[in-house]
Amino acid sequence: MSLLDYFKITKASSASVAKERLQILVAHERSFKNQPSYLPQLQKELLDVIKKYVNVEQNAITVRLEQDEHQETLEVNIVLPEKSR
Amino acid sequence: MTRIIVVTSGKGGVGKTTTSAAIAMGVAQKGHKTAVIDFDVGLRNLDLIMGCERRVVYDIVNVIYGEATLNQALIRDKHCEQLYILPASQTRDKDALSQEGVGQILEELAAKDFEYVVCDSPAGIEKGAHLAMYFADDAFVVTNPEVASVRDSDRMLGILSSKSRRAEQGLEPIKEYLLLTRYSPERVRIGEMLSVADVQDILSLHLLGVIPESKSVLTASNSGMPVILDEKSDAGQAYADIVARYLGEDKPHRFIEEKKGLFGKFFGSK
Repeated sequence: MSLLDYFKITKASSASVAKERLQILVAHERSFKNQPSYLPQLQKELLDVIKKYVNVEQNAITVRLEQDEHQETLEVNIVLPEKSR
Repeated sequence: MTRIIVVTSGKGGVGKTTTSAAIAMGVAQKGHKTAVIDFDVGLRNLDLIMGCERRVVYDIVNVIYGEATLNQALIRDKHCEQLYILPASQTRDKDALSQEGVGQILEELAAKDFEYVVCDSPAGIEKGAHLAMYFADDAFVVTNPEVASVRDSDRMLGILSSKSRRAEQGLEPIKEYLLLTRYSPERVRIGEMLSVADVQDILSLHLLGVIPESKSVLTASNSGMPVILDEKSDAGQAYADIVARYLGEDKPHRFIEEKKGLFGKFFGSK
């Protein structure tokens, strides 16, 4: 403990804020890194079809492509509104 | 066997050309026949940093279009006879480079017994940057301890692992190394700057070396001497360490910790 430590401000340093922001951002961007470019269009067209039958919200659908060594999985997740049942 | 190194970053202004010049000079000084190629067509600057701007007659685009031979375009460095510079074109469109053309030049360099080819990538992720990294065996990812640079480096890593020749042909992936430049241990200590460990945590890259923020980099570029030739400077020594490590020597990392001055010793911070 040095003399100078007594004057240090205790709030989070800007470097630790930077690290946290980067970790979140990089993890998010990596999840999109390998997705094919047609996914956004696929998502839009699926939404249009579903909207013909069910009144779903714009963000009620997520489309994700996951890859591991053995297989690729296209995951489509649609959240239906409560009252449609 | 020719080893092709790309010096890349995504973001501009982080030290790619400074690094390309220093690394190429360092490897050549160790006795390896080396070429350093500027891929920044339209904004060439490697010639200035290498101090050969007045000796440029032909450039990479002239070679690709058959307007000059590779021998005519290669400039022999005045400090090291094992080192040759292939400048970018200053006047042509940046789309003047082609994958076949670059591939042919690299093959011809291999036939001329070049051991190392250093490709100085332009900033961004467009054609010049793509071609600079496409044929690479090793990638030196130059990063500043700063959010925009780290993010762009991560993006570049994604491109290296998916769009390169090695990725497309299913070969062993490009070896990726981190070069952290403009590092200031003082600012890291007081929490103003991301540390080496922080950047490694995020990018998960093998650290080849840290270049401290140094006045000698500007002095070197002012006079057109790669900073590695300034053996007394901290940045010059840091690049020399990096070259030695890359060539397989065991060199402990320096410039990560603060140099303790009289003031630091007196107050004994830590």
